[in-house]
Amino acid sequence: MNLLVLPVMIPLITALLLLFCQKNRRLAQIVSTIGAFSLPAVGLLILSRVHEEGIQVIHMGSWQAPFGITLVADYLSALMLSVCGLVGAAVAVFALKEDMNLSREGVFFPLLHALLMGVNGSFLAGDMFNLYVWFEVMLISSFVLLSLGKTNAQLLASIKYVALNLVSSAIFLTGLGLLYGKTGTLNMADLAVQLQNTESTVLLTSTALFFLVAFSIKAACFPFFFWLPPAYPAAPAPIAAIFSGLLTKVGVYALFRTFTLIFNQDTAIFQPILYWMAILTMVTGVLGAVAQMDIKKILSYHIISQIGYMIIGLALATKLALAGAIFYLVHHIVVKTNLFLLAGAIEKSGGTNDLKKLGGYYKGYPLLAVMFLVPALSLAGIPPLSGFFSKLFLIRASLENGDMFMAFMALAVGVFTLISMTKIWMEAFWKKGVGENERRPAKIKRLDLTVTMPIAVLAVVTVVIGFSAGHVFHFAELAAEQLIAPQMYIDAVMGGNAR
Amino acid sequence: MNSYLIRMTVPWLCPFLLVMSIWILLRGHNAPGGGFIGGLVAAAAIAFWCFARGVEDAKRWMRVSPLHLMIAGVSTALISGLMPMFAGKPMLTALWHKVEVPLLGKLPLGTPILFDIGVFFAVVGVTTSILFSLEEFELWNRSGPS
Amino acid sequence: MEPFWAVVVGIMFGAGIYLMLRRNLSKLILGLILISNAANMLIMTSAGLTRDAPPMIAAGKETLTGTYADPLPQALVLTAIVIGFGVLAYFLTLLQGAYKSNKSENLDRLGGGAS
Repeated sequence: MNLLVLPVMIPLITALLLLFCQKNRRLAQIVSTIGAFSLPAVGLLILSRVHEEGIQVIHMGSWQAPFGITLVADYLSALMLSVCGLVGAAVAVFALKEDMNLSREGVFFPLLHALLMGVNGSFLAGDMFNLYVWFEVMLISSFVLLSLGKTNAQLLASIKYVALNLVSSAIFLTGLGLLYGKTGTLNMADLAVQLQNTESTVLLTSTALFFLVAFSIKAACFPFFFWLPPAYPAAPAPIAAIFSGLLTKVGVYALFRTFTLIFNQDTAIFQPILYWMAILTMVTGVLGAVAQMDIKKILSYHIISQIGYMIIGLALATKLALAGAIFYLVHHIVVKTNLFLLAGAIEKSGGTNDLKKLGGYYKGYPLLAVMFLVPALSLAGIPPLSGFFSKLFLIRASLENGDMFMAFMALAVGVFTLISMTKIWMEAFWKKGVGENERRPAKIKRLDLTVTMPIAVLAVVTVVIGFSAGHVFHFAELAAEQLIAPQMYIDAVMGGNAR
Repeated sequence: MNSYLIRMTVPWLCPFLLVMSIWILLRGHNAPGGGFIGGLVAAAAIAFWCFARGVEDAKRWMRVSPLHLMIAGVSTALISGLMPMFAGKPMLTALWHKVEVPLLGKLPLGTPILFDIGVFFAVVGVTTSILFSLEEFELWNRSGPS
Repeated sequence: MEPFWAVVVGIMFGAGIYLMLRRNLSKLILGLILISNAANMLIMTSAGLTRDAPPMIAAGKETLTGTYADPLPQALVLTAIVIGFGVLAYFLTLLQGAYKSNKSENLDRLGGGAS
């Protein structure tokens, strides 16, 4: 019964233990690795439990819903927990050898685990206020992580990032206040019950808009994406990787959760908003990437463009579209983290991320070239990799809705993604080295196994998702079913207490 | 702040503030007060010392580093939350135990008090560490990677 | 009382946003403080204001009787204040670092390194 506490408790205990063994670096590495690897295991355990017994609920402190703190895991939460655990473990291994470069006080690993705690908590939160608190746990750790290096660029990036996130938190709180004033509850299931019966009023729609804006800022959707491209490239590789994989995706998860469970009455107003947000996010993101010549910046813009794909699912709100979006979420977390880890590996071995100065990697480091090709082609949507199927499901969903425009835009953005990935491939791997690299491609440093291993494993996971797309999609479909029919969620949380 | 008066009164005033913070902490369960507010009062005492006599002196007066206070506090709160799990109840369920204390009579001790004490130390730790870092902030190197 | 506080919250939001739009570090953080506190006030106001009615069960009774203040928004606001306090304090250290390394309070002059 206490299984649901583990995804939050394990990182918390790990972080505390890590602070205790700051002096002993070897021990800290072991503790951090064990803590990180137990997360995907627990995630899969929860997923199997959800598969066997239905939605899992735990009421903290024995206070029944809607009065107490509730943790809930349905298919979507369990899927996200597993994938994020996997990505967290990969980054924890990747950072093993350089945690001391990242932070002299040895607080990198504790902060990483605190971040994972916040992320996992957001996936499990059963009421809006807990969602806020877990968001803040995640954000505070990310603030400190982003400014860890204490270089001027990082400092300026974190000022923008922190200021914008503070505003978004204030908007979130405002929404919470209005929602509480209207309904007198913040438990998600209870809210769903209460709002099912009220005819949609202006106040409710405006409240929903507050949440839409707050979560869109966190998810980097169209008008609010501008904080992301300066912030992520400023961070060192492992930090940028964990940010790119998890932070915006928690915002997307929150959008999915609130707009399928709570604010599902006013589809006439929100569907067009989400529709255009999705398209504009996709297009601006991918066009921004075309102009960049820095690997991390290109990848940052691609995060934005792919958030757009996920919002398509929410905008169309059919079962197939939601399932496709959830599939996309899973695929994107793995692939994006992998690409950022690769950018880190390139920076480590070649000394820069600037495409103009890179080159000769295909000859100098063929292994890295192969490992880049897999996630890059997957991101662009080449069969049989995971990205192809995620795009396929979304495009099929939009065609089923008779929406040629959306399908066309999704395809066109896919082509542009391919162009960006080809650019990285041509510049960093294919073209001959520039400057001193030209004569001596051997100048590229060999990388440690702790660096290449996580990249290779995530690449294999991408291929596996691609080849077993049917199974993964089956789970995504189950998750989408639960999102479409929120009554299952409500029954599981409220038990007999539904008013 | 370089006032002779303040520098001299601070060593007398701050212990009173600390005692008051503990009083606020302990009355917190059923009356206004509690770990967070008590912790802030204690942190205010340290901040006062900081202003009057400088960060170094305040650190010497505290004896423990803020980070350790923070770790101790979060651990205490965590343990108090985990205790009910060993008694077979969901996390954070309150457990109470009455202890006979001479002179005072029956004293109820429970996990909520332990939790509050944890919060107290965590708040003192976080607040003072931010306070100290405000004074000591410096960049590692001026030029960034980009 | 609520309409009055609604206006106050509005003024706080307006002032906060105005301050944030100035290109100045210290005004930026003042604006953020105002906005986050305005959000807290809004939670209290929209949950309904009650005077002199603490949610305490009177001696000898089993449940609350009569009108009483809703304790939940107070708990929410306390949590939000704690979080806001922590984040703003950290933000202050960041701003101070930026000021120390750039010797300028103007947001536009803070080196373009990160854009």
